[in-house]
Amino acid sequence: MTIELKDASKVVRGVTHIKPTSLVMRPGHFNVLLGQTGAGKTSLIKLMAGLDPIASGQILFDGEDVTKLTTQKRNISLVHQFFVNYPHMTVFENIASPLRVAGMAKSEIESRVQEAADILQLGPMLKRRPQELSGGQQQRCALARAIAKESRAVFLDEPLANLDYKLREELREQLPELFAGRGAVVVYATSEPEEALLLGGETALMDDGVVTQFGPTAEIYRHPATLTAARVFSDPPINSAGMTKSGSEARLDTGVRWTLEGPAADLPDGPYTVAIRPHHVMPLAMTSNDVAIDGTVQVTELSGSESSAHFQMGDHGWVSLAHGVHPYKVGETHRFYMDASKAFYFGSDGRLVA
Amino acid sequence: MKTENQRAWFFVLPVLLLVAFNALVPIMTVVNYSVQETFGNNVFFWQGLDWFEQILRSDRFHAALGRQFLFTFLILIIEVPLGIIVALSMPRRGIWVPVCLVLMALPMLIPWNVVGSMWNIFTLPKIGLLGYFMNDVLGINYDMTQQPLSAWITIIVMDVWHWTSLVVLLSYAGLVSIPDAYYQAAKIDGASPWKVFRYIQLPKMKTVLTIAILLRFMDSFNIYTEPFVLTGGGPGNSTTLLSIDLVKIALGQFDLGPAAAMSLIYFAITLLVSWLFYTLMTKDDAK
Repeated sequence: MTIELKDASKVVRGVTHIKPTSLVMRPGHFNVLLGQTGAGKTSLIKLMAGLDPIASGQILFDGEDVTKLTTQKRNISLVHQFFVNYPHMTVFENIASPLRVAGMAKSEIESRVQEAADILQLGPMLKRRPQELSGGQQQRCALARAIAKESRAVFLDEPLANLDYKLREELREQLPELFAGRGAVVVYATSEPEEALLLGGETALMDDGVVTQFGPTAEIYRHPATLTAARVFSDPPINSAGMTKSGSEARLDTGVRWTLEGPAADLPDGPYTVAIRPHHVMPLAMTSNDVAIDGTVQVTELSGSESSAHFQMGDHGWVSLAHGVHPYKVGETHRFYMDASKAFYFGSDGRLVA
Repeated sequence: MKTENQRAWFFVLPVLLLVAFNALVPIMTVVNYSVQETFGNNVFFWQGLDWFEQILRSDRFHAALGRQFLFTFLILIIEVPLGIIVALSMPRRGIWVPVCLVLMALPMLIPWNVVGSMWNIFTLPKIGLLGYFMNDVLGINYDMTQQPLSAWITIIVMDVWHWTSLVVLLSYAGLVSIPDAYYQAAKIDGASPWKVFRYIQLPKMKTVLTIAILLRFMDSFNIYTEPFVLTGGGPGNSTTLLSIDLVKIALGQFDLGPAAAMSLIYFAITLLVSWLFYTLMTKDDAK
């Protein structure tokens, strides 16, 4: 089973929510839709699910045109960010509902529900009502329904967003095995870059109703095609600043200079935008090649074993993210060190050039 | 530390007084009449339970009770499904929602005796619009002052017109409280419109429907004003429902004892049926 979008777009009352999009999503791995809130992830999922009308283009399931097919006939599953279970039915009936609607034999329903419940550790809760379960169990119930149905496509719309940290980690680890070997296309929407990296597979970066880049997740992370893509796929946000190249020298608009190496050195002279991930801006020098930049520390955060510092450098607010605990003082000027070999260079049109 | 404060009683007292004057005192008066015979002048003779026995054995009471149950049964099986269908076909959002709601509420805002008069004039042969149309245009012999069947059809249509809105409004309230997510989930499950109704809308409407049916049962079982104004219980006794018969006994014949006994039996039946229905409908939730 594959899902193919051909110039599919969505327009609601004259406002374009999804610009014409072409994508092919395959089974066997997660297809992650990564973008900030409002980027169009849910809209795109609803389009593929047939819950919202398509304005133009086509949607193909395994080459078959399903554009005009109703949701009921597409044989799909959808798990939401908020937990959707029928409140007046038991957990068993909830998981069984799509099978019952399909008119499956009773014994078959029972074995399938039991199997899905076992995988998601819901066995002892089958007779309960959803509201008697914890949040994590409710979401597992919704996931069990998707698994038991054995649909052609499974859409997971930020399914872990409303769970607490521990549960989220646990369930995220389980997810890939849950859907492995079932032949269904799994589409997973998230706003967290880290989640996309953990789930692997392929990622479609979304921004303002446009899929800006689509490909293997790690590949996109390493080579964001545009500045926007780099921004979407970075948390904390990627640091960027205007830069002018003359000869082999790079000069930031704040006056910092360094010598360009590698492909960047071959670029024609002129203005560029340089972008560097927060964990390549360190509070200490790692090598003698690191570029020293001074910034005024504004906000500092300690999260577990990492410490981050938001600092002001000229007109730019930058972030440094480093292992270990660093004693920043808010308001002081601190010298940070940038590993320039990890920087991305974007042309004036926002495309990656080196 | 526990503080004892008797002042709380002062706050409860008004309610106790209200309930006493509203319910207890009138009922006790009726109980008083139901076990005695009076010929006026405040002279009473003890009768024990004779009136109750007489009423329960009387064919006239049985006939009125039968008509009453038939009437309530007919209007319930028409108004409840019709109300649900109308509620389902009303828009969920947009500018037509308030328009529909106001239109639905209109019949219920009209005073009951006005409803009776309206339908009386509306259905009279020769002068009523409907009466004229049926008899002189369609050629159907329709006269609720002469034919029991016409009279029955008229009081039922009148009640459906007057009270279906109540079922509509309550069902509608139940329907709009269903989040879109359930409709979406049902679509994804592949459910047909009938299954969506059966497994999502109906369970969600269950509580309000219980209330709607209960209200419609009680109101229609105790109905008096509209059929009294419309047919006065006729032709003959064909539309003499319990309450009309009761008033005839109490005020027409001035048999206060039997009328009081009948009131209590009437009250007990209404209470019993309502209680049974409510208990059965809410049995599952209590588990």
